[in-house]
Order: sequence, then structure tokens, then C-alpha cells
Amino acid sequence: MENNIPKSSIKKTLLKLSVGAIGMFVFAVFLMPPLYYALCDLTGIGGKTAGRYESKDTTIDTTRTVKVQFLTINNGSMPWDFSPRVTEVVVHPGEAKAVTFYAKNRTSKNMVAQAVPNLTPFNATNYFHKTECFCFNQQPLNAWDEIDMPLVFIVDKDIPKSVNTITLSYTLFDITESTNDLTVAQLN
Amino acid sequence: MLRRAKMLFTLIFAPVVSLAISAGALAEEAGNWAVNMPRGVTSVSNSIYDIHMLVFWIVTITGVLVFAVMFYVMYAHRKSRGAVAANFHENTTAEIVWTAIPAVILVLLCIPATTSILDIYDTSEAEMDIKVTGLQWKWQYEYLGEDVKFLSELTTPESEIYNTAPKGQYYHEEVNEPLVLPANTKVRFLITGQDVIHSWWVPDFGVKRDALPGFVNETWANVLEPGVYRGQCTELCGKGHAFMPIVVNVLEKEEYKTWLIDKKAEQAAIRELTNKTFTMDELMEIGEAAYNRSCAGCHQVNGQGVPGVFPSLVGQGIAIGPVEAHIDIIVNGQAGTAMQAFGDQLSELDQAAIITYERNAWGNNVGDITQPIDVYNWKKGKR
Amino acid sequence: MAHGPAKGIGRWFFTTNHKDIGTLYLWFSFAMFLMGGFFAMVIRAELFQPGMQIIKPEFFNQMTTMHGLVMVFGAIMPAFVGLANWMIPMQIGAPDMALPRMNNLSFWILPMAFTILTATLFMEGGAPNFGWTFYAPLSTTYAPPTVNYFIFGVHLMGASSIMGSINIIATVLNMRAPGMTLMKMPMFVWTWLITAFLLIAVMPVLAGAVTMMLMDINFGTSFFNAAGGGDPVLFQHVFWFFGHPEVYIIILPAFGVISHIIPAFSRKPLFGYSSMVYATASIAFLSFIVWAHHMFLVGMPIGGELYFMYATMLIAVPTAAKVFNWISTMFRGSLTFETPMLYAVAFVILFTIGGFTGIMLAVAPADIQYHDTYFVVAHFHYVMVAGAIFSSTAAVYYWLPKWTGKMYNETMGKVQFWIGFIGFNVTFFPQHFIGLAGMPRRYSDYALQFSDWNMISSTGAFIYGTAQLLFLYNVITTIRSGKPVSEPKTWDGAEGLEWTLPTPAPYHTFTTPPAVK
Repeated sequence: MENNIPKSSIKKTLLKLSVGAIGMFVFAVFLMPPLYYALCDLTGIGGKTAGRYESKDTTIDTTRTVKVQFLTINNGSMPWDFSPRVTEVVVHPGEAKAVTFYAKNRTSKNMVAQAVPNLTPFNATNYFHKTECFCFNQQPLNAWDEIDMPLVFIVDKDIPKSVNTITLSYTLFDITESTNDLTVAQLN
Repeated sequence: MLRRAKMLFTLIFAPVVSLAISAGALAEEAGNWAVNMPRGVTSVSNSIYDIHMLVFWIVTITGVLVFAVMFYVMYAHRKSRGAVAANFHENTTAEIVWTAIPAVILVLLCIPATTSILDIYDTSEAEMDIKVTGLQWKWQYEYLGEDVKFLSELTTPESEIYNTAPKGQYYHEEVNEPLVLPANTKVRFLITGQDVIHSWWVPDFGVKRDALPGFVNETWANVLEPGVYRGQCTELCGKGHAFMPIVVNVLEKEEYKTWLIDKKAEQAAIRELTNKTFTMDELMEIGEAAYNRSCAGCHQVNGQGVPGVFPSLVGQGIAIGPVEAHIDIIVNGQAGTAMQAFGDQLSELDQAAIITYERNAWGNNVGDITQPIDVYNWKKGKR
Repeated sequence: MAHGPAKGIGRWFFTTNHKDIGTLYLWFSFAMFLMGGFFAMVIRAELFQPGMQIIKPEFFNQMTTMHGLVMVFGAIMPAFVGLANWMIPMQIGAPDMALPRMNNLSFWILPMAFTILTATLFMEGGAPNFGWTFYAPLSTTYAPPTVNYFIFGVHLMGASSIMGSINIIATVLNMRAPGMTLMKMPMFVWTWLITAFLLIAVMPVLAGAVTMMLMDINFGTSFFNAAGGGDPVLFQHVFWFFGHPEVYIIILPAFGVISHIIPAFSRKPLFGYSSMVYATASIAFLSFIVWAHHMFLVGMPIGGELYFMYATMLIAVPTAAKVFNWISTMFRGSLTFETPMLYAVAFVILFTIGGFTGIMLAVAPADIQYHDTYFVVAHFHYVMVAGAIFSSTAAVYYWLPKWTGKMYNETMGKVQFWIGFIGFNVTFFPQHFIGLAGMPRRYSDYALQFSDWNMISSTGAFIYGTAQLLFLYNVITTIRSGKPVSEPKTWDGAEGLEWTLPTPAPYHTFTTPPAVK
């Protein structure tokens, strides 16, 4: 329109801002989730327990005990019986403890489930180690089948003194739909 | 103190002064004009109330001072009174002062707020644990270690909600089974959700915490006075969001112990009923009540459902098809839909009665009877 | 080159003129305001009495959701973009926006977006019903099928906003008249410049949030689904990382408008111009580090709870400085109270009340009782309606003579103000009480102890709604039959380049840049 409009510098601004906007989109989709999970791991927010733990130190602190409670929750319409065989145990820090959870598929369909662990209080999250857990894998069950699922855990010796009760909950989700048909087919 | 707070609140802020004052006068007679949060019956709710009033006074006094200056200026420096505009537009000292003063007030405010929040987060040394599960659109309470578990649902009838009957005193905040707690006992709540996010709030306890699917949040209350306390769900959770109230009945410790023993006996008795054979009439009667409580929210009292959202049960589909499919959908729900698995939520008797009712009400007249033992056997996989 | 607008309807479809596009934005925003207002009337009519009278709970949820979305994205944001289009080139002495064709596009996307969003009301399953905050999993696993249209609509609005912001930044940075340094820019330009940067930073985050939803719903990912290793709380973090700056996006241009109107009717320069600029910038910065104060109850570690409480309280400091600056501007001025000034004064008072309740909400332990109750509803309507709507109404009255060359009827303006002011306060002040007494928000029905204040609140809402129709009447009669005005300065105390232009402002202005001392 007018010759005093600085066309090239407008283009430069447009380019920079567009790159900025795209950058923020990438940040939101590709960086915010991993950053959030990293923060969760660091602080224990959300009570997400870590994966398989390899125990190095085998000494047990017999001077104190910690009560561990187990809760089970069936998410949505998950039609399984799902419960801990024992609802709570008392352990010494450093001691490996094995417990089992019972599950039964009440339906006439072969199904696959995923148990999602959650731990409270948050400040205990990083001191609760699982050496074996059914939650590491998806759990398929044929129609009407039942199973006892193992959990082996160690409460870290460095657990803060203020923590004397840990509540570990498992929420059972039905993931039959989202797992590929192959897994279900293999069962038959 | 409270009354003066009310007065000031209205005088200073509300431009509807006359309206608010008449309302303030009415507030003493009718409870419907409440203007402030309840002090509550726990140490936490009391400390929250105190902080609330402290902040309220700080902002009120600040507001009075600021608005007083402003109104004075608006009165005194009007052109119509012959005011001539000055031309200053800066005063560094004043600007520093009015940045510093709010900052100092806020820092002072943080001290009691921090103390209080530390107390609220201290769930240690609880004497008992209650697991609270939010689901669409009811609450489930489980007494950990006691093997007592039940659902708590709204009992206000449709007729009151849709204005065909006069509303009762506890309209919209009455349930079939309240949570029962002992007084003077530190109770830890483990709050979780089963489908979407809910939020469990009892104002008198100063307890509100989100119920998230897949996560457990903990909080606590130590109720000082026995009584009945009412609360609500505070996180939008779908169409029944406004219809899942919370009622907590707090008893003296001894009474609570008696209640717990009775409750266990009652639950055992209900399990006994699984083996009993019922007549059609008995099941229809129990079924109607249970249906209206647990099913009518979606499928409606007349069984017609909501087109496009919740299917009709009248003269079509599972309700008049083979009974096995009917038992299965009640017990196990339908994955990927709003149809929940009622197998663990309701007693076998209620489930059998609902099935029988649905198959024989509204002119469905299938004519068959489902007994509690049929439901039990279905759950255990016995054909 | 044409010297006047094109003839016929094509003028509006193909225009690249900043004044035409500004007009389009303003009318569109007012249409959306009426639609969102109609939804609000439905909500208030249902809540007039306890019990369900006129709609069902599921439709009630659609109404609250649509009301929020339409008001935030359809009414308030486009209103300020419209004002920016009209005023920024005139205030900085530029002939037009820097990217006129993109300007046309960014406007015309909006009617498309809102047609799609509104159409969901008539589709099977109904409109979005998960609240304007659309928390997962209610908005993913449990969403109605129309959620995909909602996502598409949000993408379009986001694209429109981002383009609009790029345009504003490009204009302000490149097209200022010679001599207009950054620190000589009018406050409205400053606040919009900062707002535009905020928009470019956070609208893509909103787009990211809905994209992740879209993937979860349709392509089997698990960003927000705990079963697949995701986390519904992550959604809230992403949403509020957008959502908190968003509320400042809405209020900062309002600060700018008020910073013009108060000096004009005080006949005195704005007090503390540079501290206003710094306060605006620091509010914008702080908005990025306080988002989780919307999430005090999701289960945060104590450290997080304390940090977000302290950081949130900090915002009160620059905000208070702004209020003090406005009052100091009035101090020892020569005040008159025409309609724009009435709105500006009401803005300062009501926004401050909204700020006070904001401080109350920031106190984490007290927030346990306030969270998700009507107290919050009252709080954000005091800052959104009395903040954004009052200030844009003030702006229209203030600049309408410049735009049209016609003077509005002062008596009608004042009548409209007072009806609106009373209606607003009768609607929202009692909501503080309802909330403190324990009524949660987004409730389609409520217990009897809340019934009296609710009835008053609904009555006020109908009054406030009527006032908006009167506003429409005032604007139309001004345009059609207002008293013609021609002197450049409509208001004797007004300052700025826009008041050096002839009245009404010609179609093309500042084709040769003015000199700024």
C-alpha cells in the first residue's frame, strides 16, 4: 500500500512469531508430559511407583516397622473380582515381603486387564520398591478363570521417619479393547 | 462479630444496600439467607474459618480505605465543583509505599495459612481408615479392616425433583445410607474415583478432596461433636453431578461400636437372603425401590431411557430377551458405555429384584423370576 | 488504489481494512455475547427455584459449558481483538495492520468455529457437557460423540487468536510512527502487545491439550488415561498452563482501555505510566508460574501447595499498584462522569472486589472450602464481566463518536449503565453468599437453604440481560440517528493520536505517518 511500510522486517517478525507458536505447540505435546512425569518421579507426586527394582543391600532394619495397606479398585465397569489376599502387612524396612492379589474374570469373554498402582503418602513413593509385581505386565484372563497374582516389595531403609503407614492401591482397568486381538487370540 | 461482618459486607460492597439489609434481617429467622461459611465441627474447619475471617477482614478494611479515598476524590475533585486539574503524573515514594504495604500484608497472611495447611496434610496416627469411592453418581464407603462396605445414594424422589410433590426438609441432600463415623476419633479418608473425577466435600469437616480414577488421595477429620452433617460432590462429573450428596452421621464412640456390630450383622443377613427364594410380588416390590434408586437416573422411572444416550428398557432389547444376558449386563455392565457393573455395588437380592422388575414392569411381562441365588451363581461362574 | 470501501456485501467478506475488520470483530463478539447471555439466562431461569423446572440436568451441563466457551472465546476475546484492530493503527500512527490479508482470514475463521460449536447443540448426544475446563476423563472416555467437533472448533479459535496476535505484534513492532518509542506508546497498545505475546505462548498449549484429547479419543494413545500409563491430572496441568495466562489475556487489554478513559475524564495524564507498563509485564510473567492454584485439591505435595499459594499472592502486588495508579490519576483531577467514565469507575471498584476474592481464593487452606463453589463463580464473574465486559462497553461508548461521527445519547448511556450495574451486582454479589454457604458450582439443582439467594441472583441476571439489549439499542440508534459530531476531540481531556484524526475517522488514516514528539 504505502512505501513506508517495512515489509521485510514485518516478514521477519511473522516468521519468528510463527516459529514461537509452533514451538509452544511442540512443547505442550512432546515436552510437557515427559517433564511432568520426570517431576513426578523426582517428588513422588501422583504416587506413581517405579518399575522393577534390583535389590543390592539385603540388611534389614529391625528397629522399626511400617504398616502397608492394600486397596483394590475396579475402574468403571471392570467385571472382575479383584482383591488383596491380605489387606495389610507390617514389615521392617529392608525386608522383602511377598503378598498375592486374587482376580477372577466373571464374564463369558476372554479379557485383558492392567493394574495401575498408586501410593500414598507421596513422600513414601520413592522408598517403596517392587521386585516383582503383576502391575508390570498386562494380565489376560480367560472367561470364568481366576488367578493369584504376586507382588514382592521392599520398603527402603531410608524411608522418612514420619511415615508409619503406606497405602498401596491398585486400580484395575479393562484394556481388552485396546490390546491387539492377537493377545486375546493366543489365550484360546 | 459475624453480624457486623455481614453489615459491613453489605454496606461497603453491595450497591443493593436496601435489599441486602432486609435480607440480613431475614437471615436470623430463615436459614435460607446464609451468608457465610459454617465454622464446622473439626479443628481443621475451625482453623480454616479463622483464616477465612482474617483474610476477609484484611480485604474489607483495605477495600474500605481504598474506596473511601476514591469516593472522596470523586466527590471533591469534580469539574462541576470547579476543580481544576493538576498535572502531576509520578511520585516514586508513593509508588514504592503502595507496592511495599500489600507485600508485607501478604507475607503476614502466609504465616497462619502455612501452619494450617501443614496441619491439614498431617494424616499420621489416624485411628481408622475409610475408603471413599466416587462413581457416577453415588458414593461408596468402605470401612477398611472391618469388611463393611456400602453405597450411598440420593433418595429424594423424582416427584420432588420435578415438582409434582412438595419438597421435604432435606430435599436434595438425603441418602439411603449415610456414612457413620465415631466422634473424637482421627479418621483418615482414602478418596478415589472409579470413572471420572468427583470431589468429596463436607463443609462442616473442612474436608474437600478430589476423587480421581486410578489415584488415591488422603485427608483426615476428627469430628468433635456428634450430629448429622451434609455435603456434596464438587467436581463436575456428568449429568448426576448435582445429585450425589454426602450425609455423615457422627455418633458417640460407644454408639458407633454398636452400630458397627449391627451393620455387620445386617450385611451378613443380606448375604443369607441370597439363599432364600422370593415370590414375584416380593421381588417386584424390592425391585421397584432398588430400580428407582440405582437405575432410574439414566433409564428413567418409566424405563423409557433418554433417546440417543440411554437406551429404553420397554418392549425391546435385553429386558425382554434371554435372562442370562440380562443377568450378565446387570452384574458385569457393558464396557465402553455408561452401564456400570453392579455385581459388587448391590446385594444379590437387589440385583435379582431389579432384573425381575425390569422384565415385568411397564408392560414388559416376560413372566420369569430371577432369584438372588441365580445372580450369585452367575458371579461365581456356576451355570 | 481505492480510497473508500468497496460496495455491497463483498466489502465485508474480502476487506483487508483494519477498521472494517475491527467492526466485524465487534459485531461478531456482540452476537456471541447475546448468545452466551441467552445460555446464561437459561441457566439462571432453571436455578430460579430448587427442583428441575425447564430443562434436564444433562442439558443444563451443556448450557454451562457452552456459556463458558462462547463467552470466553467468542465474546470477550474477539471484542478486544476488534478494539485492537480499530485502535492500534490509529494510536501508533500506522496506515493499517501489518498483515492485512491474514487479518481478514483470522476474523473469518471465527464464525466458522462457532457455527461448528453451536451446531453440536442440535446433534445426537448434544453439545459438549464437560465444562469449559473440559477435564479428562469426562471429556475423553466419557465424552459425548460431539467432542470431535468441539476439538476442531477450539483448534480454529486458537488459530484465529494466534494469527491475530502475530498481526498485532508485527504492527506494533514495525509500524509505529517515527518518534514513537516503546515507552511513549499508549497504554492500550502496551497491554495488547503483552497480551499478544501471552496468546502466542499459550494458545498453542491449548491446541496441544485438545490434540492430545483427540489422540486419546480416536487413536488409542493414553496421554490422560491411567490405564495406558497416562494421567488425568496431567490434563489439568496442561489446561491451566494455558488457562491461567488466558485470564490475564482477557483482563490486560481491559487495563489498557481503563488507562485511557480515566485520564480523559480526569483531564490529567495517567499517573505512573512506566510503573503501569512494568506492572502489566510482571502480571504477565507471574501468570505462567501460578497455574496449579486451580488444582489445590487434586492431591499435590505440601511443597507444591505452598509454592503456588505464595506465588499467587504475589500477583496482588502489581495489580494493587495499578488500582492505586488509577485512583491517583483521578486525584486532583477535574472529573466528569460521562458513560465511559461511569463504566471505568465501576470497573475499578468491581474489579478490585474480584481481586480481593482472588486473594481469598489464593489462601490454600481456605480454598478447601471455596474451591468449585459459587464463591468461585462470583469471583470470576467480578473479574470477567465487571473487568472485561464493562471495560469493552466503556471502550465502545468512548470511541463510538470517533468511529461513526455520531454522538450517543448520554442519558440513554447512563440509564443503560445503571441498569447494568445494578443487575450485575444483584446477580453476582449474592453468589458469594451462596458459595460460602456451601453450594457447589455447575449444579442444576440445589438444596433448599440456597433457594432465596438464588432467586435474587436470577432476578438480577434478567435485569443485567435486559441492559445488554438496551446497549444494542443505544449503539444502533447512535449509528442511525445520533447527533453528528465533527471536531477531532470528542472528549476535551482525551489524549493520543486517534484524537488528532478527523471525526468520523476516514477509511484510510495516517497514509503519511504523523510526527511524534
